[in-house]
Amino acid sequence: MIEIIISVFIIFGGIFTLIGSIGLARRPDFYTRLHGPTKATTLGVGGLLVASMIYFGTQETISMHELLVTMFLFMTAPVSCHLMAKAALHLRVRSEVDLPKSDK
Amino acid sequence: MLATAVLIAMVMVILALVLNIWRVIIGPDVTDRILALDTLYINSIALLVLLGIHMASAHYFEAALLIAMMGFIGTSALCKYLLRGDIIE
Repeated sequence: MIEIIISVFIIFGGIFTLIGSIGLARRPDFYTRLHGPTKATTLGVGGLLVASMIYFGTQETISMHELLVTMFLFMTAPVSCHLMAKAALHLRVRSEVDLPKSDK
Repeated sequence: MLATAVLIAMVMVILALVLNIWRVIIGPDVTDRILALDTLYINSIALLVLLGIHMASAHYFEAALLIAMMGFIGTSALCKYLLRGDIIE
């Protein structure tokens, strides 16, 4: 039973990791490309880490290393996404839509 | 069953790594390359976690934690360099 739960989490994580990277490879411009990796891939790695936590919880005493990695990834992914978007706006990277008109 | 699931997920993650490397090579702008490198380290953490389950060994988490920290520092340093022209002002 516990093996089925772990397998479901592992497949879930693998599928989301792949979806995020397909989004990175296929989207037309940088600002849409930001969405795939920073959301789907983080969720996928989170699923894999939950699976690993359950697996090592059944093997021996429950370990908290995975929780540390999960917390760290979930905290840093939005920050790095924000930094990359800021850098792209600063460099005026090409976008599919025009910038909004200024009122002045 | 668990071994099969781990193998399937490994194939998916390796495919994801190949797609990321493709984006690092063709990426039209420098920010695309930074984003692809960021995704590359997150996917390598996924591969290390899967390897840890496959080998039933808990020694891979220190490596995963180190990659997570160093990858974030690398991404933020590159973005800071693009934004300000300097990393530590």
